[in-house]
Amino acid sequence: MVDRVHDAHAADPIAQRLRDLGFVDGEPVRVVAIGPLGADPLLIQIGSTRFALRRSEAARVTVRQEAA
Amino acid sequence: MSASTLRIALVGNPNCGKTALFNQLTGGRQKVANYAGVTIERKEGRFVAPSGRTLQILDLPGTYSFDANSPDEQITRDVLEGNYPGEAAPDLIICVADATNLRLHLRFVLEVKRLGRPVVLALNMMDAARRRNIEIDVPELQRLLGMPVVETVAVKRGGALALIQRVDGEMPVASAAVVDNPASRADLHAQVRDILAATVTMPRQTAALDDALDRWALHPVFGLAILAVVMFLVFQAVYSIGKPLTDAIGDGFGWMGEHVSAWLPAGPLQSLINDGLFGGLGTVIGFLPEILVLFFFILALEESGYLPRAAFLLDRLMMSVGLTGRSFIPLLSSFACAIPGIMGTRSIQDPRDRLATILVAPLMTCSARLPVYALLIGAFIPMHHVLGIFNLQGLVLFALYAAGILGAMAVGWVIKRIHRDKSEHALLMELPSYRMPKVRDIAIGLWERGAIFLKRLTGVILALTVIMWAISTFPSPPAGATGPAIDYSLAGYMGRGLQYIFAPLGFNWQISLSLIPAFAARETAVAALATVYAVGGDAGTGGLAHALTANFSLASALSLLVWFAFAPQCMSTLAVIRRETNSWRNVAISFSYMFAVAYAASLLTYQIARLLA
Repeated sequence: MVDRVHDAHAADPIAQRLRDLGFVDGEPVRVVAIGPLGADPLLIQIGSTRFALRRSEAARVTVRQEAA
Repeated sequence: MSASTLRIALVGNPNCGKTALFNQLTGGRQKVANYAGVTIERKEGRFVAPSGRTLQILDLPGTYSFDANSPDEQITRDVLEGNYPGEAAPDLIICVADATNLRLHLRFVLEVKRLGRPVVLALNMMDAARRRNIEIDVPELQRLLGMPVVETVAVKRGGALALIQRVDGEMPVASAAVVDNPASRADLHAQVRDILAATVTMPRQTAALDDALDRWALHPVFGLAILAVVMFLVFQAVYSIGKPLTDAIGDGFGWMGEHVSAWLPAGPLQSLINDGLFGGLGTVIGFLPEILVLFFFILALEESGYLPRAAFLLDRLMMSVGLTGRSFIPLLSSFACAIPGIMGTRSIQDPRDRLATILVAPLMTCSARLPVYALLIGAFIPMHHVLGIFNLQGLVLFALYAAGILGAMAVGWVIKRIHRDKSEHALLMELPSYRMPKVRDIAIGLWERGAIFLKRLTGVILALTVIMWAISTFPSPPAGATGPAIDYSLAGYMGRGLQYIFAPLGFNWQISLSLIPAFAARETAVAALATVYAVGGDAGTGGLAHALTANFSLASALSLLVWFAFAPQCMSTLAVIRRETNSWRNVAISFSYMFAVAYAASLLTYQIARLLA
């Protein structure tokens, strides 16, 4: 589950976009697939949507283990 | 425009079916496909509603939020806020949302609602939602959102009737405008969550079929293997399905030419019709089947939703050569034609990635090169079978396509070296649900491409062919001349002049000459060669392919193939680069680098092939 999205730097447009796409506190996420070369990019499912994120983008999202 | 015209804008997240709905409403034939970012410009259409009112519909590029960060999203935002030059804000907004993906799409609906304008929500893809047993409590959704909600199936005939009725009826009441700021935006997610909990039940988050297909299609090993097989089959099919039809058309025109000219008195008119029209144009029109086969596959792939998967698989590779996974779709459309490809780069947010994609897009083998390749391969490469299944001609064609791709990678890598910036480039790409391609959409797409090809043929290619015929025929040889008549024509002099530049590449003067009209439209090179050889009297009965094998070597042919793979060609492409990047500098860069690469590669090919021969 998403904890929060960090800004990598001030007014980070990528972080803002991630938040707009639904990467907000408490949203469950799951890694569906990983890219063939260097395990990059990642395919992340959030809700019923799947987004391809590069590792550097995905690194902005911190997650926590879902409470059982 | 009458006073009762209602101006309506279609908005929504990318790939939710706005354009399909637009086509339903207006009877339009805008391009639809299954990936985010097909529509890159505002498009307008109108129709008369049952009440007699004229409705003017505006189709806008999809956007995830008003925090626009690519040029196409900016257009949507400007139009809705009434800031688009020369255009008032719309009277009514139809917000389109994918019923199978409301968690994402509703947030934008709420964002649109806050503009304080009348909004109708179209819940699209209801057929897919029902198939997946997703239940939506529409009356409750309507109450919570405070806007009318209508179910639609944009890809089915009559799937938008309810929407037309609603839009044609009473104008919905606008809600209060809310000032947009990041803090108020954070609330939207909470609101979406509450609304969904109250109105939607979903048995599972994603379609079971998607999960099953993606396990294979995105597998690190099988995924790449599947991609390679898919691409290879497409090019083999172009050759094995398209070629026999092409030959039949070519023979048909040759036969017609002979019979028509039998009725005409000998002289310039007969020569124009036989050599120029049937010889030149007939050769080019023969390539229509091959182009249509190629487009059939590209359209089917676009519709299926496979392309973004391919982009996912290739992102890392493309990143290492200074591009992005997002470049994949514009580059793939460049196989059809670089012009829509270059325009399609608007969906790439990052300016540097976008420019790099624009610069390499013309290296992708566009369909206009196909006639040239097909002619030369057919004439010079024997019809062998390799390993029992592959045909050698198909393999050479594949190699030429591969040369374009490798060239693009090399150029991308160089651009990356030159622009050493360390800033970060986002991928952030949505992967859509798979969908069965619709026969009707593919048929429309093929029809449009065929029509464009025939229009070019009867326009620019016809004009150039007649000019080529004229300069190859006039001036007539002086009395007592001994050589062939064409040597004394304007074409003969021009070709021999150009030959100084191109002789090291193994091009004779006829080829050098055909490169001029090829700059306007590549296919014309075929027509030009056909005309020049027909006027010169070398064509005989065997057609152009025979004339070519009789007049130049395999080394020259290979060199010419390589030239066409890389050469800066087609003025329209350069014009689009100028328009999309707003800079002559980029035009100059792409022209000169491609000329240099083409010259060097052809020179190498010719000299090596001659040594080996």
